Amino acid sequence: MTDKLNIMIVGVGGQGTLLASRILGNVIISQGFDVKVSEVHGMSQRGGSVVTYVKYADKVASPIIDRGEADIILAFERLEALRALPFLKKGGRMIVNDRAMNPMPVITGAAEYPEGIIEELKSNADVISLDALDLAQKAGSIKAVNVVLIGVLAKSTDIPYDAWIETIKTTVPEKFLDVNLKAFQLGYNL
Amino acid sequence: MKKLLLGNAAVARGAYEAGVKVVSSYPGTPSTEITESIVEFKDIYVEWAPNEKVAAEVAIGASIAGGRAMSCMKHVGLNVMADPVFTVSYIGANGGLVFCVADDPGMHSSQNEQDSRHYAEAAKIMMLEPSDSSECKEFTKKAFSLSEEYDTPVFIRLSTRVSHSQSLVELCDPEEVTLKPYEKNISKNVMMPAMAKGRHVVVEERTLKLKKLAENCEFNTIENNGSKIGVIAAGTTYVYANEALGDKADYLKLGMVYPLPEKLIRDFSEAHDELWVVEELDPVIENHIKALGIKCHGKENFTLLGEYSQNMIKKAILGIDTEAIADPCIPNRPPVLCVGCPHRGTFYVLKKLGVTVSGDIGCYTLGAVAPLQSVDTTICMGASVSAAHGMAKARGEEFNKKLVSVIGDSTFMHSGITGLIDIVYNKGNNTIIILDNSITGMTGHQDNPTTGKTIRGESTKQVDLMALCKAIGVDRVRVEDPFDLVGFEKAVKEELAAEEPSVIIAQRPCALLKSVKYTGHCKVNADKCKSCKMCMKLGCPAISFKDGKAVIDSSQCNGCGLCVGVCPFGAIEKEEA
Repeated sequence: MTDKLNIMIVGVGGQGTLLASRILGNVIISQGFDVKVSEVHGMSQRGGSVVTYVKYADKVASPIIDRGEADIILAFERLEALRALPFLKKGGRMIVNDRAMNPMPVITGAAEYPEGIIEELKSNADVISLDALDLAQKAGSIKAVNVVLIGVLAKSTDIPYDAWIETIKTTVPEKFLDVNLKAFQLGYNL
Repeated sequence: MKKLLLGNAAVARGAYEAGVKVVSSYPGTPSTEITESIVEFKDIYVEWAPNEKVAAEVAIGASIAGGRAMSCMKHVGLNVMADPVFTVSYIGANGGLVFCVADDPGMHSSQNEQDSRHYAEAAKIMMLEPSDSSECKEFTKKAFSLSEEYDTPVFIRLSTRVSHSQSLVELCDPEEVTLKPYEKNISKNVMMPAMAKGRHVVVEERTLKLKKLAENCEFNTIENNGSKIGVIAAGTTYVYANEALGDKADYLKLGMVYPLPEKLIRDFSEAHDELWVVEELDPVIENHIKALGIKCHGKENFTLLGEYSQNMIKKAILGIDTEAIADPCIPNRPPVLCVGCPHRGTFYVLKKLGVTVSGDIGCYTLGAVAPLQSVDTTICMGASVSAAHGMAKARGEEFNKKLVSVIGDSTFMHSGITGLIDIVYNKGNNTIIILDNSITGMTGHQDNPTTGKTIRGESTKQVDLMALCKAIGVDRVRVEDPFDLVGFEKAVKEELAAEEPSVIIAQRPCALLKSVKYTGHCKVNADKCKSCKMCMKLGCPAISFKDGKAVIDSSQCNGCGLCVGVCPFGAIEKEEA
């Protein structure tokens, strides 16, 4: 079993990255590792770029992941995946929700949303791209995008399937549990 | 039992385990969750105060009365509460008194990057700095007993990465703490010149005792790896350095950053060929060490700006570059007003009118960026009102006819009201728009005196903004809906024309509040769209322009409907769910 992993979760403020990091943090503790989860609250949550670092090992010192240090990046949006690419280790894995959300400079016409992002990612990383919104809809709620992506991530770690299911059960509120379990499985079995 | 806790939640846990009695704070990123986490402990009295000065004074009163007390704030909040803090340093503490201040290196959510450690030295107050959640709990807990033992308030200094990182914390049962007796003691508690002179002597003696404590403090530790390189660091920079250098360096980790342990530092320095001081923001420790005549490397190899990281430290001390893909050249993604934000209507109208906007601190500071670009100035909490008064006095009535202040409801309670009193008292003629979204928005939905709810969600008296403004002498006060663009524009024009001060209460709740239920989605009828881009002027994240027509992303649109009224051709339609 991998005993040390640096995982980055990137996306747009409001996409539910904080729940994803909570599930991830909790499942890691259930495996007995030391863990640090670092997130930023406040202004960036208002539709800006958001980044969460999740690190586990026997002992974690720094809560942040620096350039060239991430084993896996979980990206909730294409442009944010590209922005985070310099943080990926050589040969690291990028899981990307193949979806575009225009940032304000694109909306105002000051900049253009880049083309060919997935191709560019593929030339630098081991990429898994998917339409998580579509799978979340199949699970029953567009809000479950985060848990679909956690499902994909789960498959890329050595943490056992049952541990993830147990953690989701204890982390997600009861009334959203069915949708989220379905969402997780759709991601896991991608 | 071990639990994954946010640094801020761990501070709250430490206060709980130390038997804290009273906690009073004003929200401010990155400190907010400390006070919010106190809510989980039913026996602690906790409140949101209208501002940090009030909060600190509540905590000071509780301490004088014999209870353990805490107040938590962001770095700039410490400026607001500096007045009582400098004097309570003289008074000391009866019940343990702790101030938690969270700095924001890198300015993730702040208007400046000040270093709070200067306050510790200036106010002669001991300061502890934890580096992870476990230490957040331990240091806070210990801070209360140190406060009582040394008769001093104690600062806990946090920073964004400590406050907002989760790590494992061992939970313990709370200590049994009883109230200390309250005895009238004017030589200690009444700070007028005769008594304060006596207390200043006590403070200087206390600092000498604290210096002795620092030499043996359990929070100042040496990690010996047999290296020739010695690194002195505290808080975030200790964990970054530790990750970057591992056993290639020895460490003097300072958990107590004021006062500093001079002998410990001297001994550590003498045991190493190379001494490095790694600290974010100002060279506080470095300057102190250099003043002792000790040679060290510091800011000349680092920076005064922003956050540090492990790669930066590896490069500076070991000369090793970390291999990474170059940063791509792509559009940035700045924060924006949310879909359905009530402020969008206000700023759309203000931009259209071309007025100068004296701004303030909150989500609505985002009214400064494209495409709304309304806000002209942002200084500090409350300055929108008083600075506009100054602008009008400097440039005259013509300028004032096209000048408004915008200030949130919570910010107005914090320190806008005093500026408005200044305007009324000194015969000013400003137009103030209170952006009343029924909540403290930016920091993540905290109640405030205008919401009618306490931090625990209990119903309470609600400050009536209209009655308040009238009571201080503003005769022209009106409530308007910022989503009624025509009515709102008319109101702003009328109040700017009026020959007396006026207040417009722009009332519409924050779209993220659970009680706000917009339904359906807006849709562009492509046949009717004439590509005029009027809707793009709203800066709504759900609206974009594709193939010459406006389009609305239904997964982002919350159906607030503001854009419907902006389109001159009726091309935007609301579809009910």
